[in-house]
Amino acid sequence: MSRKRDNYETSRWKKFRSWVDGETDPLEHGMEAHVAVPRKEGMFDSPDHEKAVREELARLYGDSDKTAILRARGIRYFQRFYKIMSVVLCLGIILVLLWTVASLPVTGVASNPDNNEVAARYIERGLQETGAVNIVTGMILDYRAFDTFGESCVLFIGSCCVLVLLRLDGNSKNENIRKMIAESNDRHFEPKNDIILQKCACVLVPIIMIFGIYIVLNGHLSPGGGFSGGAVLGSGLILYLNAFGYEKMGKMFTEKLYRRTTLCALTFYCLAKSYSFFTGANHLESGIPLGTPGAILSSGLILPLNICVGLVVACTMYAFYTLFRKGGM
Amino acid sequence: MDMSLIQHLVLNIEETVSIILFGVGFTILLLHRNLIKKIMGMNIMDTATYLFLASKGYITGRAVPIVVDGIQDVEAYINPVPSGLVLTGIVVSVSTTALMLALTIRLYERYHSLDLDEILILAKEEEQT
Amino acid sequence: MSFVQNFPFFSIILAMFSGIVSSVLSGKKARNLSLIMIGVTTVLSAVTLAFCLGTGESYTYMMGHFPAPWGNEIRAGVLEGVTAVLFGVVMFLSVAGGMTHTAEDVDENKLNLFYIMIDLMLSSLLALVYTNDLFTAYVFVEINTIAGCGLIMIRQKGRSMTAAIRYMIMSQLGSGLFLIGLSILYDVTGHLLMSPAKESVELLTASGNYRLPMLVIMAVISVGLAIKSGLYPFHYWIPDTYGYATPTGSAVLSGLVSKGYIFLLIKVFYRVIGYENLVSAQMINVLYLFGVVGMVMGSVHAIQETDTRRMIAYSSVAQIGYIYMGIGLGTTAGMVAAVFHIFSHSATKALLFISAVGLYEVSGDRKDFVSLRGAAYRNPLAGIGFAVGALSMVGFPMLAGFISKLLFATSALESSHKMLPTLFVLAVSTTLNAIYFLRLVITLYSRRREGDAPIPENTVTRSTRGLKFAIICFIGLNLVLGMASQSIVQAITDGLAMFD
Repeated sequence: MSRKRDNYETSRWKKFRSWVDGETDPLEHGMEAHVAVPRKEGMFDSPDHEKAVREELARLYGDSDKTAILRARGIRYFQRFYKIMSVVLCLGIILVLLWTVASLPVTGVASNPDNNEVAARYIERGLQETGAVNIVTGMILDYRAFDTFGESCVLFIGSCCVLVLLRLDGNSKNENIRKMIAESNDRHFEPKNDIILQKCACVLVPIIMIFGIYIVLNGHLSPGGGFSGGAVLGSGLILYLNAFGYEKMGKMFTEKLYRRTTLCALTFYCLAKSYSFFTGANHLESGIPLGTPGAILSSGLILPLNICVGLVVACTMYAFYTLFRKGGM
Repeated sequence: MDMSLIQHLVLNIEETVSIILFGVGFTILLLHRNLIKKIMGMNIMDTATYLFLASKGYITGRAVPIVVDGIQDVEAYINPVPSGLVLTGIVVSVSTTALMLALTIRLYERYHSLDLDEILILAKEEEQT
Repeated sequence: MSFVQNFPFFSIILAMFSGIVSSVLSGKKARNLSLIMIGVTTVLSAVTLAFCLGTGESYTYMMGHFPAPWGNEIRAGVLEGVTAVLFGVVMFLSVAGGMTHTAEDVDENKLNLFYIMIDLMLSSLLALVYTNDLFTAYVFVEINTIAGCGLIMIRQKGRSMTAAIRYMIMSQLGSGLFLIGLSILYDVTGHLLMSPAKESVELLTASGNYRLPMLVIMAVISVGLAIKSGLYPFHYWIPDTYGYATPTGSAVLSGLVSKGYIFLLIKVFYRVIGYENLVSAQMINVLYLFGVVGMVMGSVHAIQETDTRRMIAYSSVAQIGYIYMGIGLGTTAGMVAAVFHIFSHSATKALLFISAVGLYEVSGDRKDFVSLRGAAYRNPLAGIGFAVGALSMVGFPMLAGFISKLLFATSALESSHKMLPTLFVLAVSTTLNAIYFLRLVITLYSRRREGDAPIPENTVTRSTRGLKFAIICFIGLNLVLGMASQSIVQAITDGLAMFD
């Protein structure tokens, strides 16, 4: 020890000091041990694999040939191990959960714990309390409306995230973005005035739209509601867009319209539900008539809420489509 | 014990299937390298949960919970709660799927790969240069 | 019914509403709206807290016209109030501190979208804190996840997008497990609201039915939320996520998002499953084990990092381990310590991320150790802020971290089996914490050397007012948590007692 003390350059203290100063990292690459190797499909089993892996690793780490061979072998074993482990994990999860399922109540029996007083009240008094013939709609838009409001917000924030990722601004000064717009512009691949598509769309789009509107408006009377009807409306818009192109569509449906519709629908939803939560919690009468059950204008707030949800969903579906296709409306 | 266990699983066939699908989806989402397949795994997992929930609400021989002819007897309809939960869950799943797909598109445009490990390596290299 | 009791509901709805309105505002207006909204909701939460402290009991609030097992409900008590106030304050300071950097990092016409994420993130956090319904919790967990992903990827850099997709994948795994656990729970109890579900669970425990499903429910929900909060070994997404988001994003994600999930987990433990059941099912021992391993391994990984932001992120892994260790101790004192650590960690970690920004901007926006040498002289306030945060993490007296370590140690003394390992691991982890944090502080306060790379020309020399304000307030918050800990610990104890 004493002999080495003079040799400051190789001493542990020097190493420690340089580590404190952040100059060296004694365990470099120690953390990222799971770096796998880029590979093409089918390359995994080929004889060239090891060589390719070696070259790749040598490039990445600047290794000598020998350590690269060892590393490549290690990675191959790791990949095999990884495959086996994933099968084991999958089977493990399935077995544990199957064992659980085997001790759960049997499906379809009326005396199961989940068929309790909660479901009973929804069925027995739902019609009088919410005015909705469709008990599920009454449940999600009145009894458990807070969940459903949260769900609309999920859709809203989902579309915001997609906007962040995929919207390309045409007026942007950034060179890269301009290039991306040019790349993602697939208008010249569009069928131009495809007569079959256009004629079919002429027939289909009105029917789809009317059907969508029917589903939305009858959400409280029959199966359906804002979400399903909105999805149908959105698909109608997408079909129209595909048949007649962006230029025609751009005349009636712009980004501004999309934003305004979403804003108005969600604002109305938010205010209406806040009013109903506030009056409910403070034991006030809400003063909204429930109407005659079965009539189209009945069940209080449910119909307007369904319309709002339908608008939001239709706009969001259309927005998803256009954003995914060319980064803007 | 074994026979009764298997018998029970057969009686609960919807749950059994949904649990198997859940496990498969979970593993794909966790361990598959390909992003598109990961998203598929996520959807399988979500759908399996909805199947599980929906089968929980079902009662043999009863109708959908839409009041017909003014009959409001508990004996007439299935449990409406799981149906509502599934509706909510589907919308959540749509949003997350859209977000994941959008991220995948952006990553593919940037790195021309769908392999997550490869993308991670390329991103690291890109940062160092 | 007093009007004050409406305030938790108002704060959730207000946050959501400003998110919705921000979609048509310009970036600057959205930012101002966001700041005002966060301030107002914090005040509302504070008034709720004062109300609950005054009456000495919690209350439930019907969301609609239908009472408990039929309609949605939220619930406010002392613990919810304290948490909501703290979340609000940390959120406000993180947004205020990072706003100039946010404006630089984010494309100008997408800036309002960033603040939509912030608004909805706050609303979902508040909803997670206040909710009394498991399915509402699931929906808001998803909002939280998507908003968190938005905060990460909004920079649109390669690494932040890979971080976002990793985050999304892990979060979806967690959500999937949480949802399946919730479905099984619904199947055996028939309830989604917490209070009726707990009654059924108690009946089931007494009768001994469905023992295996109950065990699986506990396991699946714990693992699901543990993945989402980044407990070791499910932490792989953490360093990238915290390392490559915007400064505000990092502070919010590490300080609040993971804490929201842990708070929900504690709530589920107390208000649905029952803590006694958890203890008798040995579930807490598993959490304890994971926590202890995380405390050590997170620090070990942090020591190996050269990028300071990733180092702070790995330190989060260790601190999450502390929280789960406290939950796993199996005593009320341990739980109090865990909740206090949630608070002290979110205040400290946000301080570290925000003051680190002040140090990066005077070092040419570089994050490695060598470039940061002497940065504390170039930006004294950020240097002090970072030093305070680091000392608090290490457990320096008068600061928040010291109190939580003290609480962990004293609560460990109560449990005979876990006393020795807990104290030992606390000592090891504190030493490791000291090694990597003090190393960085020493680097910050050592003079630049001859051979160091020059600082780029266009580097800013002075921080903005928002950043300075945020750092000063965060230091104050740390001191308050450290000095006034007595009353806060008392509030936590009362709040936990109200959970039953």
